[in-house]
Amino acid sequence: MTEKIVLPPQEGPFSDVERIKEESNYLRGTLEKTMEYPISSGIPDDDNRLMKFHGSYLQDDRDLRNERAKQKLEPAYQFMVRVRTPGGVATPEQWLTMDRLSDEVGNGTLKLTTRQAFQLHGILKWNVKKFMQGINEVLLDSLAACGDVNRNVMCNANPYQSKLHAEVFEWSAKLSEHLLPRTTAYHELWLNGEKVVDTQEKEIEPIYGSLYLPRKFKIGIAIPPHNDADIYSQDIGFIAILENGQLTGFNVLVGGGMGMTHGDDTTYPQLGRLIGFITPDKLLETAEKIMTIQRDYGNRKERKNARFKYTIDKRGLDWFKEELHRRLGWNIEEARPFQFDHTGDRYGWIKGEDGKWHYTLFIQNGRIKDFEDYPLKTGLREIAKVHTGEFRLTGNQNLVIGNVSPQKKKKIDELIKQYNITAGEFYSALRRNSIACVSLPTCGLAMAEAERYLPSLVEKIEVILDDVGLRDEEIVIRMSGCPNGCSRAAMGEIGFIGKGPGKYNMYLGGGFTGDRLNKIYRENIGEEEILSELRPIITRYAAERLQGERFGDFVIRAGYVAATTDGTNFHTV
Amino acid sequence: MTLQVINSPFNEQQVKILNELLPNLTSQQKIWLTGYLAAASAEGPAAVQEPAQVAQQTKEITILFASQTGNSQKIAKKLGAALENPNHQITVTSMGDYKVNNLKKLDHLFIVASTHGEGEPPDNAISFYEYLHSKRAPKLDNVKYAVLSLGDSSYEFFCKTGIDFDERLKALGATSIVPRIDCDVDFDADADAWIQQVTEALATSTAASPAAQTVQVPTGTSDYSRSNPFYAEVLEKVNLNGRGSNKETIHLELSLEGSGLTYEPGDVLAIVPENSDHLIALLLAALGFDGTQKVTVDGNESALQDALKHLDITALSKTLLNKFIPYTQNTELGALIEDRDVLNAYVYGRDVIDIVETFSPWTWTPQQFIEQLRKIPAREYSISSSYAAYPEEVHLTIGKVFHETGGRYREGVVSGNVATNVEIGDKLAVYVKQNPNFKLPADSVPIIMIGAGTGIAPFRSFLQEREEQGTQGKSWLFFGDQHFVTDFLYQVEWQRWLKEGTLTNMNVAFSRDQQEKIYVQHRLIENAKEVFEWIEQGANIYLCGDEKTLGHSVNEALITIFEQQKQLSRDEAADYLKELQKQKRYQRDVY
Repeated sequence: MTEKIVLPPQEGPFSDVERIKEESNYLRGTLEKTMEYPISSGIPDDDNRLMKFHGSYLQDDRDLRNERAKQKLEPAYQFMVRVRTPGGVATPEQWLTMDRLSDEVGNGTLKLTTRQAFQLHGILKWNVKKFMQGINEVLLDSLAACGDVNRNVMCNANPYQSKLHAEVFEWSAKLSEHLLPRTTAYHELWLNGEKVVDTQEKEIEPIYGSLYLPRKFKIGIAIPPHNDADIYSQDIGFIAILENGQLTGFNVLVGGGMGMTHGDDTTYPQLGRLIGFITPDKLLETAEKIMTIQRDYGNRKERKNARFKYTIDKRGLDWFKEELHRRLGWNIEEARPFQFDHTGDRYGWIKGEDGKWHYTLFIQNGRIKDFEDYPLKTGLREIAKVHTGEFRLTGNQNLVIGNVSPQKKKKIDELIKQYNITAGEFYSALRRNSIACVSLPTCGLAMAEAERYLPSLVEKIEVILDDVGLRDEEIVIRMSGCPNGCSRAAMGEIGFIGKGPGKYNMYLGGGFTGDRLNKIYRENIGEEEILSELRPIITRYAAERLQGERFGDFVIRAGYVAATTDGTNFHTV
Repeated sequence: MTLQVINSPFNEQQVKILNELLPNLTSQQKIWLTGYLAAASAEGPAAVQEPAQVAQQTKEITILFASQTGNSQKIAKKLGAALENPNHQITVTSMGDYKVNNLKKLDHLFIVASTHGEGEPPDNAISFYEYLHSKRAPKLDNVKYAVLSLGDSSYEFFCKTGIDFDERLKALGATSIVPRIDCDVDFDADADAWIQQVTEALATSTAASPAAQTVQVPTGTSDYSRSNPFYAEVLEKVNLNGRGSNKETIHLELSLEGSGLTYEPGDVLAIVPENSDHLIALLLAALGFDGTQKVTVDGNESALQDALKHLDITALSKTLLNKFIPYTQNTELGALIEDRDVLNAYVYGRDVIDIVETFSPWTWTPQQFIEQLRKIPAREYSISSSYAAYPEEVHLTIGKVFHETGGRYREGVVSGNVATNVEIGDKLAVYVKQNPNFKLPADSVPIIMIGAGTGIAPFRSFLQEREEQGTQGKSWLFFGDQHFVTDFLYQVEWQRWLKEGTLTNMNVAFSRDQQEKIYVQHRLIENAKEVFEWIEQGANIYLCGDEKTLGHSVNEALITIFEQQKQLSRDEAADYLKELQKQKRYQRDVY
């Protein structure tokens, strides 16, 4: 008996990506052949679409694109591979493996992403398999790190409440595992796994079906008062609810997401909406059913309107809840109270409740490498060699050296000093709260610089902050090279989204705790204008702010921008 | 017009007198003298020789050439044209095509032979050479002959093939009617002189009719050569190697507009170089000479620094060092030349500047010094375009030669200049050389092309030509270089030809992209079965690239393939490859 997942009909033809998925035989496509083809280091577009489901995609060094075209060379193709690390937790052994592979097959650097994953750039086609096998040896994989599936599950990197973190982290790992694609294509292609003969769709992909989701899907778990997982930006956000220090369950947020398209107001960033509370035992079931609603009702005709947020906004939250209850067969409870204080990380040594120590480092833009006067990568490698705890990647692209025993703390402290590794105490609070996506030269979507530019822009803004005495005032600043928003720029108190080379849309008024989208303030401006616009605002903020008033709140009160109360009024000025 | 010993048939004394006289002649005097000398040469022999009863006899004249790059063929054809005469039955043919059992019937034999590699005959002459030197070679007592050899004095075995033929013919009893001439790279004048001598000797020996034709000297209008190059404008210049490459390979597009020059795929373009001011300054400093001092070259007075632009100050040979010995008081130079291995090791990568610096003190004057030097030889490059695809253009693929030897950074005289100095709009002195031993077969014949580095050049020309013709024949390219990312020369063009079907198969070997070195020969072996099938289907094999690194290994690989696929012994497989070579189904352009 053929069991198929039957999608409700949609008007008009599906997008081409749906065809690619359908013809791919569960994410295989012609990858086996094209990844071996020796005349090009690239792969055809169709296969690149499928490659994303395997956690990787083809990029090229855009700095060299024109030059190489003149040289009669194809673009400098290279693969980005994103490694799935649920909750951002990695063992020292895994760290050392990533470190080694980045030198052997990557560009010598590691990127810690805004979703707590490792990302390697500059991997040549012929080395992708070697890389996949290398991470497999330490029980890591890149399956579903990109693509129209559930991505890396985020989790608060809370270093205070060790026991609670361990418990919540377990749930993030279970969620990740539960929602993984079941196709054996990944094993076949990269790990020389045996080819499995096709069986029934419901056996091959019981949750996803052969078309997978209409678009990417993101889940995160936060533990108040920390919102480092930027919980409102997730398709599903779970907020851990504690009573008497015990985890009693999770509040559920649905329909957050960052991406939009310039010039198309039907696309917008959106925050997750609170729909209720569930107990931990219902977590996997709830996540699965929510995801299948998006699977069945998400827009498969137009990818830029395919995210879960549009599905909900189109049909309404009431419809969604009803559909969810129908699929669950039970109703979720009323949401419980909670309070977030901040999205940023707390740097330096912190002692956990179990007596273990945690050291949070500031990693500018999440880039791990040996800088000219800052041997960060070497230092972390040396620490990983002696460390017996774990590494936790944070949603702010920072790193926690977690679960250090009091005995080991001395040794690790020595290494921290030896390699001059800084927790960020010498940086301005603005810089410590800065996030930039990768952007140029490797990201194919980038319209303007981000990671390579934000540090120098921050330096210039720091001059203004110094002038008005706000160097230690925490302000969240984020920059994305394009409106897809990997750095979650639409949630920054100050946000920049690339429009063209050297030009950005400037946004103001995001919530410090990650609970409010910002609003466009100036369109398509360069550095000079950015600085001349910011100076009077920051100066006024220094003079007129109320007690404890955040920059993002001040710009709204002062009338620079109106508050964005919902994604649907993000574009309304 | 200026004369010197090496570009004219005159001795030093004669050259001196003529060079004193010629510049002072008016145009009218020159025209009169030309006519007088032509008449004198035509009538002279008749006046002193007995009336020609033998003049009625038809002389069988066989002109054989052993050509690798086409120079010998060109001279042979020129000789044939010069000897055109109702009483002459002239055959001009490649040694490869000559039936050896006709040797016995030979009457007059003229050989033009170039030398290849380590003193070996060109590919198409090997069979003839081996036969003539074997016990089966017939007695040639009645044969009258002359030999012109072509070579490059910077090689150890200068003109060896020509010398061997001369000595062997003598040993077999044949009579030389003109002494052998060994030509260096600037052979035009020597070859013309030899043709003249052969013409005269033939007239003398046969007492030919007084109406013997005058020698046709090239007019130079459309017959471009080393001494009369075409100045081609640079239309485009691109470094084909991506950032981070160890190499610098320059793609040049030159205009042939107005030259009337054409070429076929496989042909070669020669560039006549000039030494750089930098190199000349180094040499002058080593010599301790003032560059503005006047010297005389070819009867022309010029500043030493200008004269040195056109003389070979880079290549070192035993011949050259022997010429230097009388001018140094340093006995070590003589000692260096004694031991062949020591000499070879020393000269590798070194130039005249090293010699001047190392083996002082020198006694020569600037004039004496430059008289020891030969003219700077042209550098030859396989053409990488098809004339049909790019009318009035020629493309080259030039690998920059650079290295550090003895603490000094050195560059190839042409490749360094092209890479560093030449800009779009500049002009380069060039001429086309045919390469009859590297030619596309008929449209439908499959081709297997094997090239490494700049050895890819002629295959770009082949595919452009086949694309223009809309050819149906299959094609397979094996290409090798160091790194995929930076050294995949003309990558997007091959990709397009593969996509469109002009190119059927392509295999690449990038030697330094992995731990173990992988070269094109490995790719050949990997594809042994299919390669052999193609050959069985009549495919021609082409090889272009460095003899030392590529030529030998590919030969071995092909022999291995025949050994495996044809179930032959190693020797039989090697014979099979030789047979393919003889049938011109295996053509090589190695350097």
